[in-house]
Amino acid sequence: MFYRETGQYKTSYAADMAVFPILQDRIGVGLMLLVAAVGIPLFATLFPATGNFFLQVIMIPFLIFALAAIGLNILTGYTGLISLGTGAFMGVGAFACYKLTTIFPGVNIIVWILASGFFSCAVGVVFGLPSLRIKGFYLAVATLAAQFFLQWCFVRVPWLFNYNASGAIEVPERTLFGVALTGANATAMTRYFVVLAIVVGLTWIASNLIHGRIGRSWMAVRDMDIAAQLMGIKLLPAKLLAFAVSSFYCGVAGAMMVFFWYATGAEPEVFSIRQSFFILSMIIIGGLGSLIGSYFGAALIYIMPILLGWLADVSGLPIGAATIEHLRVMLTGVLIIFFLIVEPHGLARLWQIGKQKLRIWPFPY
Amino acid sequence: MSGADAIKPGETLLSVDNVSLAFGGVRAITEVSFDIRKSEIRAIIGPNGAGKTSMLNVINGFYHPNEGRISFAGATRARMKPYEAATQGIARTFQNVALFKGMTTLDNIMAGRTLKMNRGFFWQLLRQGPALAEEIEHRKFCEEIIDFLEIEAIRKTPVGKLPYGLQKRVELGRALAMEPTLLLLDEPMAGMNLEEKEDMSRFIIDVNQHYGTTIALIEHDMGVVMDLSDRIVVLEYGRKIADGTPAEVKADQKVIDAYLGVSH
Repeated sequence: MFYRETGQYKTSYAADMAVFPILQDRIGVGLMLLVAAVGIPLFATLFPATGNFFLQVIMIPFLIFALAAIGLNILTGYTGLISLGTGAFMGVGAFACYKLTTIFPGVNIIVWILASGFFSCAVGVVFGLPSLRIKGFYLAVATLAAQFFLQWCFVRVPWLFNYNASGAIEVPERTLFGVALTGANATAMTRYFVVLAIVVGLTWIASNLIHGRIGRSWMAVRDMDIAAQLMGIKLLPAKLLAFAVSSFYCGVAGAMMVFFWYATGAEPEVFSIRQSFFILSMIIIGGLGSLIGSYFGAALIYIMPILLGWLADVSGLPIGAATIEHLRVMLTGVLIIFFLIVEPHGLARLWQIGKQKLRIWPFPY
Repeated sequence: MSGADAIKPGETLLSVDNVSLAFGGVRAITEVSFDIRKSEIRAIIGPNGAGKTSMLNVINGFYHPNEGRISFAGATRARMKPYEAATQGIARTFQNVALFKGMTTLDNIMAGRTLKMNRGFFWQLLRQGPALAEEIEHRKFCEEIIDFLEIEAIRKTPVGKLPYGLQKRVELGRALAMEPTLLLLDEPMAGMNLEEKEDMSRFIIDVNQHYGTTIALIEHDMGVVMDLSDRIVVLEYGRKIADGTPAEVKADQKVIDAYLGVSH
């Protein structure tokens, strides 16, 4: 009824090729951005206690995980190359950012956050080289090597963490126009705004890449690499570009995770294989080869357990904290299996089917 | 490309000279020579396992011949990679449809334009200005192909969901999007019903006449082959047994023997 494109005529190819060709979609995205940029901060100002908790515990990490998921989705979902090194590539970003900002403290931290992506990018390309010859599970094992090797470096190369006795990254305070962006004095609100701006900007860029020639060549390599070669697509450059862009996104996400979420410091343990699996499960449940799916996946895998724990708290049932924790893990597992059985192609496909149904509603077809 | 453009219709576009191909001990092709003239429809026929598909794979660089030479547009090539064949203007379709299944019809055909699109990475990041203008320009070209093949209605459908006959047609469209000088069609009508075959035959003739594309065709339907092609090469067990116009080939005793068998 409300979601129908009747009467919306496209008179140019530009209009037809827009990322959101339907007016209602554009309104929806606009509203969502409005809520994220105005609504949520307003809420946090009005109710500082819950608001800050909401920003710090839910929104900031959700956005950062969504960005990492987009990064992995570019590689696995769009180009068809499985990677288990996401955690390590995020770590490269975090450590690069830490080194850069301690060596050149004068340069703004946001510049270094983005620049650290390029270090991750270079490392990603090196570990992406075997992808020309190996595919599928074998490539996954090759990226596993990257994971273990890099993680070893994070722990064993003290230069990376500036010889701190704790062996961890200690986030220094960095400011922009006198406002603290990182460190103990940075408010959740400031950090939220920086994260939101970076994530929205990079999502827009990812969408541009995917809808153009480069995105098509990635998907061509994924779907039928023999035919892709015949279209004049060189496999190695296409795959390495996917590794580069993907690692860039993961690196930026890793740097933001340490500097804007943990905000004071982080152990190398954060970038373990566990993190890689965490992100991988996000894109599988969210939807391989879908940007919105990356957000859905991050929401389901990261936010849902928190929500479940919160519900248990609010419900006031007489259960111990340990039991709640167990129940939370079990329920999360059950829901993941449930969603995968309902739609093996992920939440993004469910979303698409839902939109299609809405289009023809109230009729079945 | 200029090399291929300089050749006039009727002159030799591609020549296969004494080519042999072996996989270990198996000889797929043995000392085969033939040529393809510009703007003709050239059929390659033969019983199953005769080496027809291997021949196409040699022409577009998937296999490298053990012996012999191939010259395309006057240039003799050494070991060539498939994407180099693409840059020289050789396009092809596959026996088992090799479309990009997760992409829409339009994206599949647009993927065929990859080589013609050259806006750099940084414009692609923005998808504005020159990059968008380029997309639109190529979209126009792809829409012409979509018109030509009468597949307007399925332009935004993921090709994996399309029926087989239409998939074959989209694959032809994707090859045409490359504006090829030489188009290799590997059994374009395999598994089709009569009506689909008639449609496909019509498209092949139209491509040949409308775009002036040279076509090399592998097909098992003899009626179609005899009607469509200007000249035919017949392979059997990797050797060439006949070469000539449909009438000559039809009358050739070796060809009849190969297809019908010989009584001993």
